[in-house]
Amino acid sequence: MKLILSALALTATTTIALADGHSVVRMGTEGAYAPYNFINDAGDIDGFEIELGNELCARAELTCEWVTNEWDSIIPNLTSGNYDTIMAGMSITDERDEVIDFTQNYFPPADSAYVGLTADADTTGVIAAQTNTIQAGFVAESGATLLEYATYDETIAAVRNGEADAVFADRDALVPTVEESGGELSFVGEGVPLGGGVGMGVRESDGELKATFDAAITSMKEDGTLNALIVKWFGEDAATYE
Amino acid sequence: MFAFCTDPSTLDGLAWLACYLTTGKHMAFYGAFGTVLILLAVTAPTALAFGFGGAVAARSRVAPIRWFGKGYIAIVRGVPDVAFFLFFVIALDQAFEWLRHHVKCPDWTDPIRQGTDFLVCPEAKLPLGTAPQWVHEGYGFALAVLTFAIVFGAFAANVLFGAMRAVPRAQVETAAAYGMTPRQTFHRVIVPQMWVYALPGLGNLWMVLIKATPLLFLLGVEDIVYWARELGAAKTPRFSDYPHPDWRMWYFLSLLVFYLAFTRVSEIAIARLSDRLARGQATAAGERLRKETP
Repeated sequence: MKLILSALALTATTTIALADGHSVVRMGTEGAYAPYNFINDAGDIDGFEIELGNELCARAELTCEWVTNEWDSIIPNLTSGNYDTIMAGMSITDERDEVIDFTQNYFPPADSAYVGLTADADTTGVIAAQTNTIQAGFVAESGATLLEYATYDETIAAVRNGEADAVFADRDALVPTVEESGGELSFVGEGVPLGGGVGMGVRESDGELKATFDAAITSMKEDGTLNALIVKWFGEDAATYE
Repeated sequence: MFAFCTDPSTLDGLAWLACYLTTGKHMAFYGAFGTVLILLAVTAPTALAFGFGGAVAARSRVAPIRWFGKGYIAIVRGVPDVAFFLFFVIALDQAFEWLRHHVKCPDWTDPIRQGTDFLVCPEAKLPLGTAPQWVHEGYGFALAVLTFAIVFGAFAANVLFGAMRAVPRAQVETAAAYGMTPRQTFHRVIVPQMWVYALPGLGNLWMVLIKATPLLFLLGVEDIVYWARELGAAKTPRFSDYPHPDWRMWYFLSLLVFYLAFTRVSEIAIARLSDRLARGQATAAGERLRKETP
């Protein structure tokens, strides 16, 4: 009897050992940055990164689960282990790279742009940007007055109600907003290329997970499915991979 | 929700509104009201328990316990709520995981702190990485209750500490003259009588607690303010069947009505409780009650 019990215990431990590491990968996102990620009418998380992330997990044979987290604390919660990855339209920058690691980009380096109520809005005046973004950093250094907001929606609202002269954000997030504003908003000046594209953030100590996702992203780049997804969510004009 | 909601773009007026207000996202918004109410229902008694413990500790004749009680009250009351919520919760979570790590994985050799990363063995994670989403949410909620209880407990401790000292000296002396021990005096004389002095302060705390629930979102619990902001933000037809301009004002207005109604009901309840507690007390309110009753 004792032997059977210990044999059972042994099998139990081995199963646990096998299931070790990342049996469920928790994917952190913001849920407020359409078309990258947003909450749809049904109250579920949806968007380019969600569809992409699910496909990456399927290719890597991982079980993934989405978690929404406020943008402000999205990196601290990754490093303290509340989730394992960040897919939240996060540009790869040197400052962030010091704290976390990035996979290769899954969205090519794209322009950031100014949007104002008129096409000749003053881009050296008061500029709204989402806090802790690459764009906020750029505005702060450009000499314009920076107005920071917690979410993308609030930066747009600030321009609409005249608090800010213009908003500075990813061009691809701004395009649908401008198109559907019925002429109220318009792009100001030329786009500004910023950052090294959008990548998936992982903990620096999580090299294995990073390699797994890197391989999955490469396979999606090679067979063209990534480009198809980009066109689906961002339109024909969006930058794609060669 | 309704059968006619299959194509919202063809609807207008009330039918559109009926469909709009019953989307899955709105259901989550209504559910969040329940979350807030449950949080209050659990937090208020927990905070009161923390407060009672803190007040008793601060009155203790044993110096280290007294220092602990007074330190708790002074430190927590002095730290801004937001700082407490952002720093303390992550620290508390890591402390739990650190303890579990040392108990469950004594053979683990990698350092726990690697740069900015905090890494414990998978068995020590709280909740386990394999746990379903509702366990994670429940854990987040429990952390929220604990943090609220600690913060509001400190204020409650200060109120109760004062209330215990407000019980007339003559009462305590009489109890001693009857030969009651300090412990008996505390249970039979001080505690039953202190509530009337504590209630105004505790009532204030309850009001502040009701309004502090939006801090929940800092802890990852999706509360009503989060959903109001999310639902009210302008929606474009590309990502929603129900496009609308910036409606945050209307959503926040409904929250305002909710909070005002809730605090009003609370005020009435506190006023009744206050009358009830004043009965037979040697206070102005008690005296008034005595004269009114024939």
